[in-house]
Amino acid sequence: MRELIFYLLIIGAGTGGELCVTRAMKAVGEVKDFRPAALMGVAIRALRVSWMWIGLMLMGTAFFALLAMLSMENVSLVVPVTALSYAAGALGGKFFLGEQVTRKRWTGVLLVCIGVALVIMGRR
Amino acid sequence: MKSSAGLHFKTYLLILLMVIFGPLGNVLLGKGMKRIGAANIGTAAEALDLLSRVLTSGTIWLGIASLITFFVAYTLVLSWADYSYVQPASSVAYGVVALLAHFILREVVTPMRWMGVLVICLGVLVVGHTAPRTTEPT
Repeated sequence: MRELIFYLLIIGAGTGGELCVTRAMKAVGEVKDFRPAALMGVAIRALRVSWMWIGLMLMGTAFFALLAMLSMENVSLVVPVTALSYAAGALGGKFFLGEQVTRKRWTGVLLVCIGVALVIMGRR
Repeated sequence: MKSSAGLHFKTYLLILLMVIFGPLGNVLLGKGMKRIGAANIGTAAEALDLLSRVLTSGTIWLGIASLITFFVAYTLVLSWADYSYVQPASSVAYGVVALLAHFILREVVTPMRWMGVLVICLGVLVVGHTAPRTTEPT
């Protein structure tokens, strides 16, 4: 039960956090200048977007849940299980960010999910 | 207008950084947490004790540094590329995690788990043949 809660936090809060960070970075705009001063400016602009803060808090929650799981299970199991967020991510990309997820991309996501299932079943 | 080749190059470069530093960070965190022991956070005192042990572990801090590098690359690439493209494309990192876990942490990775990693990489190849951006830049 405890493990299930940690996995849900890793997947739910992690995916939610990534979607919020993406929304914030889309508001900041495409990064074209990679010099340190310019990147610092991007970071400051990003931190002025409230979605970035919500995203960072959610990702922080997911991070501590990941630490807890890593203390109990092998890395080669825990990390692939967290890839279950791919389905949630594709759905979030479509409905939260308005991205056009093509049939080909859905196929790729499906293959990734099948792979993750095999990884889980490969548990000794 | 930005050339498609240029857009793909910088997208692939940053995804490469993500694929290296993400798994490395996870493996270092795993190594650090295994040394600390199973998380027991039934009470506030136990949670604080665990937090102090986590924050004084050099291995954990190395893992955090790797994950910060991953996060910076990830955040930058998301400023132009679709989330639903970047997330699956970076999943090749799962293969790297399995390799690092096997060779550095000496974890036993079963044949079925390796098969799963292979299928994940196949999914990544399919995703990699779709356009990095499907929405208009803001």
